[in-house]
Formats: sequence, C-alpha cells, structure tokens
Amino acid sequence: MTDTAGSGGSVKLKFDGVAKNFGGVRAVSGVSAEVREGEIFSIIGPNGAGKTTMLNMTSGFYHPDEGSINFEDTDISQTQPSKIAALGISRTFQNIALFRGLTVLENLMLGRHVLMKTGVLAAFAYWGPAQREEVEHRQRCEEIIDFLKLTDLRKTPAGALAYGLQKRVELGRALASEPRLLLLDEPMAGMNQEEKEDLVRYVLDVNQEWGTTIALIEHDMGVVMDISDHVMVMDMGERISFGTPDEVRADPRVIEAYLGTTDHKEVA
Amino acid sequence: MADLATLSQYMRRNGQTMAEQPAMRMKYLGIWNTYNWTDYNEQVCEFAAGLSTLGFKREDKLGIIGNNMPQLYWAQMAAQSLGGTAVPLYQDSIAKELAFVLRHSDAKVIVAEDQEQVDKILSIRDELPNLEHLIYCYDRGMTDYDVDILLSYKAVQTAGQTLNSADAGFIDGEIDKGTSSDIALMCYTSGTTGNPKGVMLSHYNLLSVAEIFIASEGIRADDDFLSYLPMAWVGDTAYGPVISMLIGATCNCPEGPSTVMRDLRELGPTGIIAPPAIWEGMLSNLQLRGADATPLKRWVFSYFTGVARQIEDLKAEGKPVPGGLSFASAIGEYVVYGPIRDQLGLRRARWCYSGGAPMGPDTFRFFRGLKINLKQGYGMTEVGGLVTLQPDDEASSDTVGRPAPGIDVRVVDDGEVQIKCAGVFAGYYQEDAKTAEVMTDDGWYRTGDAGVLNENGHLVIIDRAKDVGKLADGTPYAPQFIELKMKFSPFVSEVVSFGDGHPFISAMVAIDFDTVGKWAEGKGLPYTNYMDLSQKPEVVGLIGDEVRKINQGLPEVSQIKRFLLLSKDLDADDNEITRTRKLRRGFIAEKYGPVIEAFYGGQNEVALSLAVTFEDGTEEHIDSRMTIQDAA
Repeated sequence: MTDTAGSGGSVKLKFDGVAKNFGGVRAVSGVSAEVREGEIFSIIGPNGAGKTTMLNMTSGFYHPDEGSINFEDTDISQTQPSKIAALGISRTFQNIALFRGLTVLENLMLGRHVLMKTGVLAAFAYWGPAQREEVEHRQRCEEIIDFLKLTDLRKTPAGALAYGLQKRVELGRALASEPRLLLLDEPMAGMNQEEKEDLVRYVLDVNQEWGTTIALIEHDMGVVMDISDHVMVMDMGERISFGTPDEVRADPRVIEAYLGTTDHKEVA
Repeated sequence: MADLATLSQYMRRNGQTMAEQPAMRMKYLGIWNTYNWTDYNEQVCEFAAGLSTLGFKREDKLGIIGNNMPQLYWAQMAAQSLGGTAVPLYQDSIAKELAFVLRHSDAKVIVAEDQEQVDKILSIRDELPNLEHLIYCYDRGMTDYDVDILLSYKAVQTAGQTLNSADAGFIDGEIDKGTSSDIALMCYTSGTTGNPKGVMLSHYNLLSVAEIFIASEGIRADDDFLSYLPMAWVGDTAYGPVISMLIGATCNCPEGPSTVMRDLRELGPTGIIAPPAIWEGMLSNLQLRGADATPLKRWVFSYFTGVARQIEDLKAEGKPVPGGLSFASAIGEYVVYGPIRDQLGLRRARWCYSGGAPMGPDTFRFFRGLKINLKQGYGMTEVGGLVTLQPDDEASSDTVGRPAPGIDVRVVDDGEVQIKCAGVFAGYYQEDAKTAEVMTDDGWYRTGDAGVLNENGHLVIIDRAKDVGKLADGTPYAPQFIELKMKFSPFVSEVVSFGDGHPFISAMVAIDFDTVGKWAEGKGLPYTNYMDLSQKPEVVGLIGDEVRKINQGLPEVSQIKRFLLLSKDLDADDNEITRTRKLRRGFIAEKYGPVIEAFYGGQNEVALSLAVTFEDGTEEHIDSRMTIQDAA
C-alpha cells in the first residue's frame, strides 16, 4: 500500500468539531478529521470509543449535536439517510442486514433502488422505459456479481449462505448503489482467517479498480494497519491520534489507550 | 466434407458458408453471448496478426493457460493460423509444474486468463529464457504491474487490426501456407510416472480423428457442446473446436468452474464427454439431494431407480424384461427419469461418453437406467484421443467398445493393446528416444494397457499392463477392479488397493468430505475438518459397512481384508494423482510405504508425516495417526 500521508486527492468527507450526546453520555466530542478521495480510511479504538456513532452520523442515522460533516462540499450533518444514500454514500452493517429470503441477485438489485427512476405507474406497465431501466440495472449487478465471484450463487437465497459469503453479498449490495464513499462497519467481525483474507482482497480491489473511497471501522488491527492509507484512533469519544499506520503505531497516546501504559512498545 | 488441410482453413470456410451461424458462446455477466462464424474469423485473424507483430512465426509455440473461454480458443486458433503450435496447460497446475512444461516446450508467447495465472508465470520467469511476451485476457487487478513482457489481449488485438488494415491479405496468405503435417497442438500428458511429455499432434491427426467421431455419432451443424474440461486435455480440443471447425457445431464456454453444473442445465448440450469422476459426482449429488427430500419423494425415487437398475441387470444378462417392470419403467419416465435428465441438463443429449478412466459398473447402470445414453470410450493423447466407441445398442460397462472405423487395434502376445490409425501422433517433442519406446517397428502405437478383444469384437481393458499383479498365492489381481467397486459408494472419494506379491488385498480409502460430512450432520456428529472427520470411529464403522457390502459380491480371495481411512484426500498438488485424476501408484506406494508395511505387518495403527502442498506451491508436513481396520 502506498503511503499517501500529507498528499493525496481532494477532501471527500470532512468532520469538523463533531459531537454527539446520548442523554448524559457524550459519545463523540469535538472530533475533526478528513477522508481524502480514493483512500482507505480507518477508525479504530476500544469498545465504546464512538466509532460506530461516527459512521452512523455520516450515514444520517444520527445527526451531530455540534459541528458539521461535509461530503464533497455539501453539509450533510442534518440530512436524512435516504437523501445521503442518494448523494453517493452507502454502508454495510456490523450485523448482517440482508433480506434472507431474497436471492443474492435480488438483494443486489434492491441496493440499486436509490438509482431507479421509474415511477410506480410506469413500473406497473413494465414494458418500455421500466424494462429498459431494469435491464441496465441488472447489467450493473451482474458486473458486481462477477467482480465479487458470486456467479454460482446468483440465484441462491441469501439466508442459505455461509457467514463470510453473506458479508460479501452485503458488500455487493452496498456497491450496487454506485457509492463514491463506502462505509464499512466491522466487515471482518466474526470471520475466520480465510474469510478475512478473501474480504480484504475484495475491499482492496474495490478501492483500486473502481477508485471508491472507503471509510472503515475494524477491530482487527492487522487488517487495518495493512490496508489503510490513514488511521484515526478514538478513545472515550475523542480523537487521540491520526496519521499513517506507521505514525499511529508509534504514537504514545495510542499505546496508552490500548495498553494502559506509556511503554514505548508497538501496537499490533 | 471439404478436403482442406488445416483447422484454420476450415475456419475460413465456415466464415464463408455459415457466416451467421453460431460458432461459440460464452456465458458472461449472466448472459450467453453468441459469436457467429464471421465474428470468430474476425477475432482469430486480428489476434493472429497481433501475434505476428510480436514476432510469432511458423513453428513457434504459444502457451495457453486458463479456464475455457473464447479468447483462449481464439488465441489457440490464431497460433495455428500462423503455422505455430498451441500448448494448452492445466490451469490449476502449481508454478513448479508449469515451469517444466513451459521450458520444455520453448513457449515464446503465453496467453493467460487472469492475474492469478500471470502471477504464477511471473514467479517462474527466471526459468523461462525463451519467453518473450505474456498476454492476459482479464484486466482486473493488472493495473500496478511494471513488467516489460506483459501485454493485454486487447492491445495485441488492436495491433492486429492495424496490420490487417494495412495488409489485408496477410493472414489469408499465412492460412494458405498451412499444411496438414504442421503440428497444431502439443498436449503434455500428465503421466502417471516421470515428467510430462509433449505429445505433438498435427492438423491431419486432429482432423482424421474428428471425422471418425462425427461419422460414428452423427454429429450435426446444429449440435451444442459444453467446453468445460481442462483445455490441456486433448479431448477438449479434439471433441470441441476441431469438430466445430469440421462440421460447424457450437462450443459453449461456461461462466466459470463453479457454475459448470448450472450452465450444463441451462444449455442442455446435445452430447457430452465426462470423465468417470464427474459421473460419480453427479450420482453422489443426486443421492445426497434424494436423501434431503420428504419420505414420499424418497420412496418414489428409490423405487423407480430400483426398477431401472433391475431392468438394466436383466438386459445385461440378456434376459427378457417382465411386463410389470416395463410398465413401472414407463411411469418412471414421467415421475423420475425425465425430470432427473432435465435437472442434470442431459435432456437433449443424444450421446454421453465416459472416458479417460474406467467407470464402475453400478454407476454406469444407474445412468443407463435413467435412459441416458451413457457409453464408454477409450483413447489416449498419443492417438488424438480416440480408439474405441460403443454403438448405442452395445453400451456396456465391461468393455470400452468397438474400434472406431478406420482405427486398427491389435492385442499382442503379452496382452498389450496396440493401435494403428491416422490419429497416431508425430512424436514426443524433443524426446525421440521416448517416442521410439512407444512405437513398434511396423508403426503401431503401444498403449501400455493390458486388454483383450472379446467375441463381439469389443475391446476390454484389464488395467495398466504393469499394474496387473498376482497375490502371493498366484491369484491374479487387478487393482482397478476393486477400486471401482468401492468408488460406487457415495461416501468414498478415492481408493488405492494393494495386493501384488502380498498374501491378501488391502485398501486405503479417502472419504468424500461432502457426503460423509452430511451424513455426520444427520447423526449429530460434530467434526472440524477432513482429518478429524475421517478418523471418527463412527465414520470408520460406516466405511467398514461399505467394505463388507462390497466383499459380499467378491470371491473370498479377492476380498478386501484390511483397510484404512486416509486423513487427507488424494490431491494432484501432492503428486498422488494426475490432473485427470489417475492414480500415480508408484509414487503413492513410496509415500505411503509405512501404511503398506503396517497392512501386512499386522499392526493396527500407523503414524505418518504427510507433506501437503498448497496451491501457491508451499509445502507443510502434517503428522497424523491412522488406525487400520480388519474387514471381518
């Protein structure tokens, strides 16, 4: 992975002094960070550090109490999730959220829902524009199926797949909406080594082949350090470190947050 | 049939006489894309011109590696159009094996399917001094390479377009220069002993064999074949593109290796060739799915397959079939046989061949019972892949059929089968001594198989001549016979039997992970991996029952007395079987020496450190203890 610290493309996503309270709990307080075009950006930190809250604010599930979030120069801090999805941000979930009874292909087609223009009436008529659009969308989904090597599972119900494959399908569905920013919430959680290696390969391929910017939360330090261009470390709702994997690994505050001492040992 | 000299000349003819008819299909992005003969000619001519801009000349070798796909077939034909030779390689070979073949064949240009194959070849680049260009078909993942010999298929094609528009008659001229004795194809035989050898087949060899097959099976221009077997296997070319060139049948490439069975069903080819392993796999899969059905469906399935088996048994013995059975069979056609043929994708198949290795009689009868016209054939790379075929009404699992018209077969005194026909190869590439070893002075090819011609003129193959042995008391013993019996069991993947020079027969059994795993799940038996599952006492008991069942049908001396379950399946990456799944007995006997000693030394347990080779070529040793069972 090339080191793009300090350089790289334009700013894709910008957190500016973002804070979020749940009742009396301050989940995120005053975090600022930038995600650059075309990079893989990771957020790491202990449980309860506020990582998922950051992601949920980006996808519009929560709105920040203070500060702003800008996506490609648009302030999205108070925007509804559906609007954010239409802007070009999509996500996967920590717990698999597929339609278990639908096939892999149908799940992917659903992922393109935000891009479908046909109205209810036209869709009822089926022939004409609606059919043409359907064919276009199917073509795109087939490309994703080919990309993620799901060809033999196209017609298999998602619920019947192994865990690692379901995660891959979820990634496919997130890709189906052609996002310019992809949010991945602990994509490797609960996977065995082989499944992890597979998924890492696909995440890297998506980033390199399609140039999709990726922001990810992950517990597996090995994965994060291997594939990220930039890493932000959070603890107790605050940003405690930011930089390239090497910089973060050497940061004493990170070591303290993880190990509780200031010994100069490397994390991970 | 026109009398042209080379495959490329036939291709050009097809472009003129059946321009709009389909030549090839490939399923991509969920859709079967069709290329007609005009497209086919255009693609081949462009790529051929592109190859010539890279300096590819007559008699040069083009390495080809990847899953079946139009671009690779076009590349093959492009090399042949320039008077060169195509050298297809097994796509699942590890780098070390590729290095041998690519170096030995002097491949100048290689066309690889994707990044995976490119990486393998780049890892052995130092060993390939003759390699000048490496061409890849799929762009995916190929952006960050900075290697001077790398080129994309598209780039070569574009260079070809430029050349063709500047010199329109160039490729035509090259095709005209072709003669029937040009070497079109070089297949490396996987070889159960020693290093692979490059079998040189001329256009004449390939075309003569295809003509015989077309005439025998009545192949038509509107026939559809599925090109799914490894391109490196001679049959994939001989029974695919070559027939397609001669008569215009369509070759169809599946979406990928994992979708073959699904694509087979969608396509419904009009004829198919598959090694016994595939038929056995289909059978296991059917039995597995049958076991998941409701009790009523299970009963219907087992009743009607039972009826079919009884009828086949009666037919085999030459006895008349009673009216009741015929009636049940007629009903079975609607409720079981027809639907199964449809599920398997064999509804349109006029002929199905099993070849490459012998097939167990029970498996054979099962498919015949479903009214699938399954037949056995026999052939080897050195004769262009065809020796004997079975006429529709003479199908039998005991023979491999009648010598096809124009092919002479003789059995010499020591029992060896020898062949003389137009398909007999031009020799092993750069191995004149080895070529001389397999050819008799009067021009017959020595197969190394022991066989007899029976009273009906059918050839019966007993075994590899050197494998047939005797037990210590002199009883003749053919290892394959026992192994095929065992492999009919859905729980068994591979079997290696021993007995030559020993007092009794013993066998090493590799379980079928899928079916035994399923069985264990049904029993509520937890297991982690292959090794764990294979050594469970319950599984040992299960296979023990299978062994006892098989022993019941054998005379006392030929029964399996002792057996052991292997803690890993036999694998081509470990050199235990060839890429076409033939046992490499010599190697196995050496590797599993301690097991054989234990079999005949009366021990009940054996510890073995087994080398396991992973796909990237790395090796790891796994220690395991396996217990030996006595089949009482």
